[in-house]
Amino acid sequence: MADKLRAQQQLEALQARYVGTGHADTTRFEWTSNIQRDSYASYVGHPPLLSYMAIGMGECREKVRAQMVEMIQPVGKPPEVRD
Amino acid sequence: MATTSSMFMYSLTVQPPTAITQAILGQFAGTKEQQIVTASGSRLTLHRPDPSQGKIVTALSHDVFGIIRAIAAFRLAGSNKDYIIITSDSGRITIVEFVPAQNKFNRLHLETFGKSGVRRVIPGQYLAVDPKGRACLISSVEKNKLVYVLNRNAQAELTISSPLEAHKPQTLVFALVALDVGYANPVFAALEVDYGDSDQDPTGQAYEEIEKSLVYYELDLGLNHVVRKWTDTVDRTATILFQVPGGTDGPSGVLVCGEDNITYRHSNQEAFRVAIPRRRGATEDPQRKRTIVAGVMHKLKGAAGAFFFLLQSEDGDLFKVTIEMVEDDDGQPTGEVKRLKIKYFDTVPIATSLCILKSGFLFVASEFGNHQFYQFEKLGDDDEEIEFISDNFPVDPKEPYTPVYFHPRPAENLSLVESIDSMNPLMDCKVANLTEEDAPQIYSICGTGARSTFRTLKHGLDVSEIVESELPGVPSAVWTTKLTRNDTFDAYIILSFSNGTLVLSIGETVEEVTDTGFLSTASTLAVQQLGEDGLIQVHPKGIRHIRADRRVNEWSAPQHRSIVAATTNERQVAVALSSGEIVYFEMDSDGSLAEYDEKREMSGTVTCLSLGEVPEGRVRSQFLAVGCDDSTVRILSLDPDSTLENKSVQALTSPPSSLSIMAMADSSSGGSTLYLHIGLYSGVYLRTVLDEVTGELSDTRTRFLGPKPAKLFRVSVQGQTAVLALSSRPWLGYSDPVTKGFMLTPLNYPGLEWGWNFSSEQCTEGMVGIQGQNLRIFSIEKLTDNLLQESIPLTYTPRHFVKHPEHPYFYTIESDNNILSPATKTKLLEDPAVVNGDATVLPAEEFGYPRGRGHWASCISVLDPVTEKCVLQKIDLEDNEAAVSIATVSFASQDDEVFLVIGTGKDMVVSPRTSTAGFIHVYRFHENGKEIEFIHKTKVEEPPMALLGFQGRLLAGVGKDLRIYDLGMRQLLRKAQAEVVPNLIVGLQTQGSRIVVSDVQQSIFMIVYKFQENKLIPFVDDTVARWTSCTTMVDYETVAGGDKFGNLWLLRCPPKASEEADEEGAGQHLVHERSYLQGAPHRLNLMAHFFPQDIPMAIQKTNLVAGGRDCLLWAGLQGTLGILIPFVGREDVDFFQTLEQHLRSEDAPLAGRDHLIYRSYYVPVKGIIDGDLCERYTLLPTDKKQMIAGELDRSVREIERKISDIRTRSAY
Repeated sequence: MADKLRAQQQLEALQARYVGTGHADTTRFEWTSNIQRDSYASYVGHPPLLSYMAIGMGECREKVRAQMVEMIQPVGKPPEVRD
Repeated sequence: MATTSSMFMYSLTVQPPTAITQAILGQFAGTKEQQIVTASGSRLTLHRPDPSQGKIVTALSHDVFGIIRAIAAFRLAGSNKDYIIITSDSGRITIVEFVPAQNKFNRLHLETFGKSGVRRVIPGQYLAVDPKGRACLISSVEKNKLVYVLNRNAQAELTISSPLEAHKPQTLVFALVALDVGYANPVFAALEVDYGDSDQDPTGQAYEEIEKSLVYYELDLGLNHVVRKWTDTVDRTATILFQVPGGTDGPSGVLVCGEDNITYRHSNQEAFRVAIPRRRGATEDPQRKRTIVAGVMHKLKGAAGAFFFLLQSEDGDLFKVTIEMVEDDDGQPTGEVKRLKIKYFDTVPIATSLCILKSGFLFVASEFGNHQFYQFEKLGDDDEEIEFISDNFPVDPKEPYTPVYFHPRPAENLSLVESIDSMNPLMDCKVANLTEEDAPQIYSICGTGARSTFRTLKHGLDVSEIVESELPGVPSAVWTTKLTRNDTFDAYIILSFSNGTLVLSIGETVEEVTDTGFLSTASTLAVQQLGEDGLIQVHPKGIRHIRADRRVNEWSAPQHRSIVAATTNERQVAVALSSGEIVYFEMDSDGSLAEYDEKREMSGTVTCLSLGEVPEGRVRSQFLAVGCDDSTVRILSLDPDSTLENKSVQALTSPPSSLSIMAMADSSSGGSTLYLHIGLYSGVYLRTVLDEVTGELSDTRTRFLGPKPAKLFRVSVQGQTAVLALSSRPWLGYSDPVTKGFMLTPLNYPGLEWGWNFSSEQCTEGMVGIQGQNLRIFSIEKLTDNLLQESIPLTYTPRHFVKHPEHPYFYTIESDNNILSPATKTKLLEDPAVVNGDATVLPAEEFGYPRGRGHWASCISVLDPVTEKCVLQKIDLEDNEAAVSIATVSFASQDDEVFLVIGTGKDMVVSPRTSTAGFIHVYRFHENGKEIEFIHKTKVEEPPMALLGFQGRLLAGVGKDLRIYDLGMRQLLRKAQAEVVPNLIVGLQTQGSRIVVSDVQQSIFMIVYKFQENKLIPFVDDTVARWTSCTTMVDYETVAGGDKFGNLWLLRCPPKASEEADEEGAGQHLVHERSYLQGAPHRLNLMAHFFPQDIPMAIQKTNLVAGGRDCLLWAGLQGTLGILIPFVGREDVDFFQTLEQHLRSEDAPLAGRDHLIYRSYYVPVKGIIDGDLCERYTLLPTDKKQMIAGELDRSVREIERKISDIRTRSAY
């Protein structure tokens, strides 16, 4: 039992530390949001990728960057909670 | 790393990326002089602006083998030297200093804080340093923030604390700056959004109510912790912050810039807000709001409170923003802000960073295109621009206000002094030899919008011509000489003709002189200024020694013999007679030439001789090099004890045509080394090290210059001794100013027959040469750039280009999104209601095109890069169509006539990808391709992203479909079709009936076309999703390509699958073959994989140097040009692999990234050795070199030779 508790605690610590670490009850919404946010952060963080997208969109890099960081609801509204 | 791979490549960078991610300014050398440090790709580069010449010189470029995310400069209080903080993908914070004495970066601290890689919650995206250098904050896009305290210890060394956390989960950071608070506790300001509630609220109300806040983080130095000190809501659209000077200089606080507004905010001040002026013009949408995308704050010297901001909008317009403060009774500014003022300053290209130098220059690191270096003419203080003040604008962003407008105008305040070539973004690249030179040229299309260019790259140094004049006859040789030893400049130019000699004096004008004492009736072999004030002329019949008082001493050659070769220096003369004897002279103490008693007889006819310069403090050069027609070079001693004795001999592949002994800077010994340069009749150039004591020759390096015999001359360029090597074209051998390695680069100049050093008042370091009947005087200004660029301006962002199959013309397709097409523009300009008498059209290169959402402007250009160097024809596309693909296709049904085929899309939206239709246009070539004529267009469902000529027909990728079209009278006729990829076809390659199709997301597919059945059948695909950007077929089975995440890979079809696909009549069998795991029946094998960091946009199998081996050249978006050289033998692979391993540990990357993991960023590196790392060997300190050499069981020189050989054999 102690082992199980410890594993649970470790998982929780991991989840707190690394955003996006999943758990048994991860919903589709959480999972896809995380992937989208990770993607956007990666586009912003890799300079050539940001340039590539800026050229494609016909905008300047800073505007595209600001758009990408705006990853508040990357996959739309959260689903209704059903009890 | 899988060492079992059967294929190995050596990756080298030919041109490092030219895009600048960030540029910072500081006094990195610890002197008053300011330098600019830029981060481009994985490189950290230090530039030295030269205010007197208005130029920027690159002093040092260091590859950190990691992705540089942000850099910042800081200075500890009381120090006068700036350090650099780097955040990279290493998960570590790095502090480096520039050591000017050694010209290198030295790492001071490396602190690990998190995982490596560029991730959402790993700090490093944002970096801010307290202006007093006491602390820095690094932040990730979401949640994490770390504060490091910077201090100094008792030894005045920089110390860094362990990090203090300031995390806040579910918070996004848009911008981060440090506040200027003087010596109070350091404060950092962040622009944040908390999305926690919106993620929980299914109604979407929380999302609607999300606010953006400005948050102050205070580092309490006493308590050593960080607190969120203050937070306030700001404009929802704000994206960028700027620091406002504080302490004694100003009110402190920040400028928060959002859509159409700039707001001053501080915790103890009122908010002040001004709108961003919009452009007024007939083609401008008056409703379009601008945002600030870049900016810089500058404090003026002297007056307290004198500072201003230059903020740039997305159109490139710079606005000068100033803050007016409340004045006290004495008229001194208090710390209280009264209003914010903004006015139009000038327009410059959109920047990633702006740097204002104290010397009155502005460096603009452009996000795309050339970087610009401007000089301030004035600061826009008393001009006629309207100044807008914050009194007229409400503080609340939701309240209405009247927008403000300005008229853009040509620059008044800034004048451009230098435009620094940048190929960023490089959209496509091809290697071709259109000029029929020895080596091919690289053609590329670069840039965006109106600043787009077509660039021709050639390996060579830029030469500036000073004089070109025709002579009465064809001279065979030319020399220059000064009159006395202490002269600085040359006095005479001596020209030798087949039957005479002409002496010209150098002065205001160059004119013939006759009373010089030179023999004018014979040709000349050598000229030298001897001793204090003597002159020497060697002619076939003897040696004339002309003394200062015009007395002439003549030494005559023995009867029936003539002089065939001669060499001189300021104290010695050696001549070779037609009989093969060598006569040696040395200058006496009284200044006369004394013949050495014995003559030395050589085995064959002497073809060339060389004496080195007399070393400083010596009386003679110790060695004489003698080249004979039996293909040998001998080194003879000139020591008084052993005069003309043999020291060493070297056998050659062909008789030597020219020799030159000279001391040059050397990277392996660190100092200067004596070299013997040998030019052969076969056009080969050799460079060997000549041992200064024993006269032994060692470490020979060979290079083929051209088909003509090589002639060598000692010249002086940029203060260093260099060798001018002449063959079919001129080359210069010099040591690179940055790396100190030996470089041999062709000059961009016609082939010369003879060259000599030239120095006069007008041109202190020049060269004089003979080309046919012309005398040419020229100089070389820059040794740092060995790739010459020529550019032709284009209209819009170029997307792709093709070459005419036979003639030297290129066809580019250009298109720009959100830009008004010329037709719309004209319509607007013609409409009197809109124009309102205001129809000035400003040059688009500086001001950009008028923008409009959803509009496309696109054109096709015909380019002549060789003779006329301009756009010959331009065809604008109409109806909101934009070109996406281009190909030249020869149609079998039209007697193999070649047509230009262009794919377009109508009303395209980039994301999510939609369009109303696609078209394939067909154009006919006229006048050998100088002109194109529209024939017809065919409507297709989607824009065809890939086109290719295939077996006399057209192959088109339309969406997921691969189609074969034939040319009809009215339109294209579909002949075959198959759905072959899961997403979208973006590229096509072919050999035989095999087609390589690249999918936008799912790597490549190999398709076989069965002519009998008229079927397109995929037979092999890949296991990894690769977002393919470019591909090329290396051979029938192998494909090399790159993807959008910056990987390079080589894939090979299994031999069995390849054979099966090509079997006669196997069509039915292939169609019914069972698919493997829902894909094609077979899978491709990965042969090699590498992460070069930049996104490959083009890849091509080619050779780059005359007589060089084939290699793969790839071109990256940021302007990188790289090559992959295949290894031939296993032995070399083992050697370089071990060397790479040693360098990884001995020269660990500066920013703390593990080299192997960096090159394995997405997929483990396979079969590729990093040449850029191997080349760092030459930069190591000698002891480390020795150590590695010991481990490898080779000498240092041997290793350096191997490293330089592999590069020179295939590239520059």
